[in-house]
Amino acid sequence: MQAKILEGGFVEAPTDSARAFRQIMTAMAQPGTINTVVGAQPPAPLSVATGVVLLTMCDPETPVFLTPKFDTDEVRAWITFHTGAPFAEANNAAFAVGAWDDLPLHDFAIGTSEYPDRSATLIVETDHLSVTGATLRGPGIKDKATLSLPDVAAFRNNALLFPLGLDFIFTCQSDLAALPRTTKVS
Amino acid sequence: MSDYNFAYLDEQTKRMIRRAILKGLAIPGYQVPFASREMPMPYGWGTGGVQVSAAVLTPDDTFKVIDQGADDTTNAVSIRRFFEKTADVAVTEATGEASVIQTRHRIPEQDLRADQILVYQVPIPEPLRFLEPSEVETRKMHALEEYGLMHVKLYEDISQHGAIATSYAYPVKVEGRYVMDPSPIPKFDNPKLNMAGIQLFGAGREQRIYAVPPYTDVVSLDFEDYPFEASKADHACDLCGATDSYLDELIVDDSGKRMFMCSDTDYCCSRRKAGHIGAQGVPYAEDAA
Repeated sequence: MQAKILEGGFVEAPTDSARAFRQIMTAMAQPGTINTVVGAQPPAPLSVATGVVLLTMCDPETPVFLTPKFDTDEVRAWITFHTGAPFAEANNAAFAVGAWDDLPLHDFAIGTSEYPDRSATLIVETDHLSVTGATLRGPGIKDKATLSLPDVAAFRNNALLFPLGLDFIFTCQSDLAALPRTTKVS
Repeated sequence: MSDYNFAYLDEQTKRMIRRAILKGLAIPGYQVPFASREMPMPYGWGTGGVQVSAAVLTPDDTFKVIDQGADDTTNAVSIRRFFEKTADVAVTEATGEASVIQTRHRIPEQDLRADQILVYQVPIPEPLRFLEPSEVETRKMHALEEYGLMHVKLYEDISQHGAIATSYAYPVKVEGRYVMDPSPIPKFDNPKLNMAGIQLFGAGREQRIYAVPPYTDVVSLDFEDYPFEASKADHACDLCGATDSYLDELIVDDSGKRMFMCSDTDYCCSRRKAGHIGAQGVPYAEDAA
């Protein structure tokens, strides 16, 4: 148990995180594309992709919120050991991990009109991620794209808040896709 | 290589920059504050661009650096060598072969692809700074979308000069929301801001990062009766004969003889290699340089 949480981090942190960030950045810049990441072996129920995002983006400066299903001793110990990120309630979190139905969307920071960047990024664990489903339009998308989203109305409302709002990273095993607040979903 | 962490910066700094880049991409045109680090070069030499490049480079990348379009100037050569040494990346001068391009004050003539990233070095990221010196005030103006002052400035250009005289760092509106300084690129390059590649902007001294995702709506500010015009010298390149590229004007002798040549050295060179010859040019093979 104790030894297990020490494992599953990046082997070569500087280059592994550089490669992972390029995939995450490409996903955020091109909503509707699915990118594959490698390098993390987090404890269940975290997926590989969620583990990679946490290792790449989180550190002691970024409070993390876990929904009850993901809030296990093992997950907490793994995140603490590998990133040093503190845990927080939803309203103070910079990153959040959870399944779509469990995330308290209205509690997260959406930024302020002077600092819209002070908003949470939600890592949404999904069972299924594919480039079929809801239609996406907006920055990063040539004409339109499609992505399997767990909801439509919530993302439409989120886009109406622009330039405020939440940003989403969807993870499924080793795959991830992203949906920034600028994307118009229909 | 083993003397430095990969890409020079420590991991926590890179994470902080990477978080700023993600928020920048999510809010196109908005300037995200970041804790800019001391770099082994003075402010004004591209410390912002270098930090952004350090945060996005992977060992698999091919890196190109241009300074006003040229690959062979001091600034471009030293930054290219810096990442060759600290990030072990391959380097190139060919626009089409590069995966990450760091630039000072130009966008390459050749269209960028979706898998290419353009990193700009930005001296003053705030487009309203010379109109309103207070950061508190400009932040409020962005929050309230209060950009009337910028239009007054362009109007004053017209009333004094008969046309919009702003010829570089020409303000743009991104995705209908934020007015953004595209860094001091000539306004000839403004239409190219709508591109397939990812554009990242880093201002080291001013501690700001901002971004324009691919295919984002970027509109140069103008008036209905004085529309935006992407102007360049009315001439063809004297070396390669190109009529569609941005030109530098050089005085080549004491009697003031002038010569126009492409500012994008890779574009000019590849045209000359392909056999195009300008008015004062010589065939590429005979050129010792």
